[in-house]
Amino acid sequence: MDQTNESVKPSRRAFLKKFGMTLGAVGVVGALGVLNSCSTKEAGKKFRFINAKGEWEEVDVSNMKLHLTELQKRGREGIHNKKFVKVIDLSKCKNAQICMSACQKAHHLRPEQPIMNVLRMENSNGTGFYFMPKPCQHCDNPPCTKVCPVDATFKREDGIVLIDNERCIGCRFCIAACPYSARVFNWSDVDPRYAEEEKDLIYNIELNVPQKKGTISKCIFSADRVRIGKLPYCVSACPNGVYWFGDFNEDVVTNGTSKESTRLSTLLEEKGAYTLIPELGTKPRVYYLPPVDRLSKYDYNGINYLGEKEADQSEE
Amino acid sequence: MSDIKIIDQKATFENIKEDLLRPIKTKNWKYTLWIISLVIFVAISLWCYGLQLKDGLVVTGMRDYVSWGIYISTFVFFVAVALVGMLISAVVGLLGQKWITPISRIAEMIALAFVMMAGLIIIVDMGRPDRLLNVFIYFRYQSPIFWDVTVVTTYVFISALLLFLPMLPDLGIMRNHLKGDVPKWKWNLYNVLSLGWIGTPQQYKILHKTTRVLLILVVPVALAIHTVTSWLSAMTLRPGWDSTIFGPYYVTGAFVAGSGAVLIAMYFIRRGFHLEEYITEVQFDKMGKLMVLVSLVYLYFNINEFIVPAYKMKTIEAVYLKTLFAGSYVYTFWFTQIFGLLLPIILGFFKKMRKPFPLMLIGVSLVVGAWFKRLIIIVPALIHSYLPQQNYPANFHGYEPTGIELTITLGTIALAVLIVSILVKLFPVMSIWEIAHEKGVDVEKDL
Repeated sequence: MDQTNESVKPSRRAFLKKFGMTLGAVGVVGALGVLNSCSTKEAGKKFRFINAKGEWEEVDVSNMKLHLTELQKRGREGIHNKKFVKVIDLSKCKNAQICMSACQKAHHLRPEQPIMNVLRMENSNGTGFYFMPKPCQHCDNPPCTKVCPVDATFKREDGIVLIDNERCIGCRFCIAACPYSARVFNWSDVDPRYAEEEKDLIYNIELNVPQKKGTISKCIFSADRVRIGKLPYCVSACPNGVYWFGDFNEDVVTNGTSKESTRLSTLLEEKGAYTLIPELGTKPRVYYLPPVDRLSKYDYNGINYLGEKEADQSEE
Repeated sequence: MSDIKIIDQKATFENIKEDLLRPIKTKNWKYTLWIISLVIFVAISLWCYGLQLKDGLVVTGMRDYVSWGIYISTFVFFVAVALVGMLISAVVGLLGQKWITPISRIAEMIALAFVMMAGLIIIVDMGRPDRLLNVFIYFRYQSPIFWDVTVVTTYVFISALLLFLPMLPDLGIMRNHLKGDVPKWKWNLYNVLSLGWIGTPQQYKILHKTTRVLLILVVPVALAIHTVTSWLSAMTLRPGWDSTIFGPYYVTGAFVAGSGAVLIAMYFIRRGFHLEEYITEVQFDKMGKLMVLVSLVYLYFNINEFIVPAYKMKTIEAVYLKTLFAGSYVYTFWFTQIFGLLLPIILGFFKKMRKPFPLMLIGVSLVVGAWFKRLIIIVPALIHSYLPQQNYPANFHGYEPTGIELTITLGTIALAVLIVSILVKLFPVMSIWEIAHEKGVDVEKDL
């Protein structure tokens, strides 16, 4: 009796286990079916999206929702053991604005949506000007994510502040809250230039493409690029060596133009780096190196950084 | 007070009932015309909202810097006016002031209509109104918007109860006396809403208790809705909003706006429904004094809000303050301060000005001033940013509301007025049984 009992026990357990697994599988399949039935597109159709390697990929419609949720889940978790950081060398910036166009192209933005913006700065009257690229500061104490009512914008463990435009309700509280004016809104429909490309494209939260009418857009440190170990779009596009990008934990940053790497702490210490409007307590993850020994004096419509015309300069 | 005593002597329940139910029974072409024009206006603005849904918020004047415009300032205005229900019924009422009896229901009707419109215009302002449910599915209790949704919803319910419950005896009276005088659907409505009220002492006891609990409850809730509304601005790092007194600043301003709205409603209801014997000059005089009191408190907060930063002129605050005092918003700012605050206070000091007609005009001045004051609070603080505004098209700087935006906004205001207009014609504008009780007439006997 005992023997038979013992032989029965494991098999019953195995049966229950199998039964449970079957139930679970049925549940998953059922849920997928329900999700798919929500989609208005007909079955058998292929969908294209940009995968983690930055290549185009096609999937069947039956897997579409699964991929969306996978992308969302991965995008919300972030990359473990990383703390991304950007260093902007103001002494190098010549207002080429190639970072701006690269960024807008990658994120399918309109020209009036400069989430990476190069500003002409003048600290006080008569102190001369310099150019300051201004991405999202990816604050460690972000005023924007605090006020979001639906957790559509959030800070990941790797330091990046993302926006989920599948969830955003368009209240624009984060725009009001951001002291760096880093956020833009999709006031109208998708830019017609990208309409064809975005047809049947699955939303990738780490690229924030396709953009959606009535939602927020922002600089996301090119989260899709850093996932595959590449530098952000703006960083690698810069011809003047303005940007350094890297990992705070590793203490290493890489220059986007020269591709040389250096110790982050040394760079910040030696060049006397600072953060933007630190008195607000936002704790930005973007550091600036002071605009000393600016490369070119004549780079803003023929006006030098002292605000004088080229002709005036020659008279002196 | 002498006026009231003369009326008291000839007051019978039959008279009071006839006077207060007359507007419900009779047809009035002026009223019909008023309702039709409001409905047409609401319909036009609904069509404009359709355009906004189709094309997105690009049809408004809002852009990335001024991302909140007249929708949000009108939202603040609605919440502000809605606070008057609490001021009149709860604060003044609980203090034992009897003169509010004929106007407390008007105040509550205004409160209910305006707070509902506050909820509506927030949806109008949303970029994705189709995702409204996300607010409940993915809510973050850390966000002031979540607090606002919670307290506004609570205030809608309490306001509705505070309007409905004390109306039960009146609904009973209407059920008993209006059969045949009004269309069948109307009588059926009163019959259902009266919840079988027969006016036993037990029922009155429960009603008194419940109303009292609600009146006490509505005070913290009303304070909360406007404090939280102020926090939508004050919880940010923006100069002009970054203020510690924003809560009381908003609440006191709300009382000013609400008093204005009640003064206007009192005047037109009194004239339109011939209720001169009920809403007497006493009510106007007292409301005028109350208006002066709340305006003085608001003036005190205005002085603190503007003079303290203006004395120091911190760089970033200075840019904002100069816009108001002498910059692009100079006319709007001084208009709101003079017509929305100073002039009503000065005029209100004179007894001659605390008569129905002058007070109605002052009310209009207060309400218009209050709307522009909300605009002054919301928009100029957004125009300036910490960092220079470059590489944006010209229309991204500053703010100019578009025709569509204005029509939609005025449409929501028209809808609020429409709801009040329908409520005052559908139900007695003042509590029959409370008026009777106050004049020493027994209601139960006549039922």
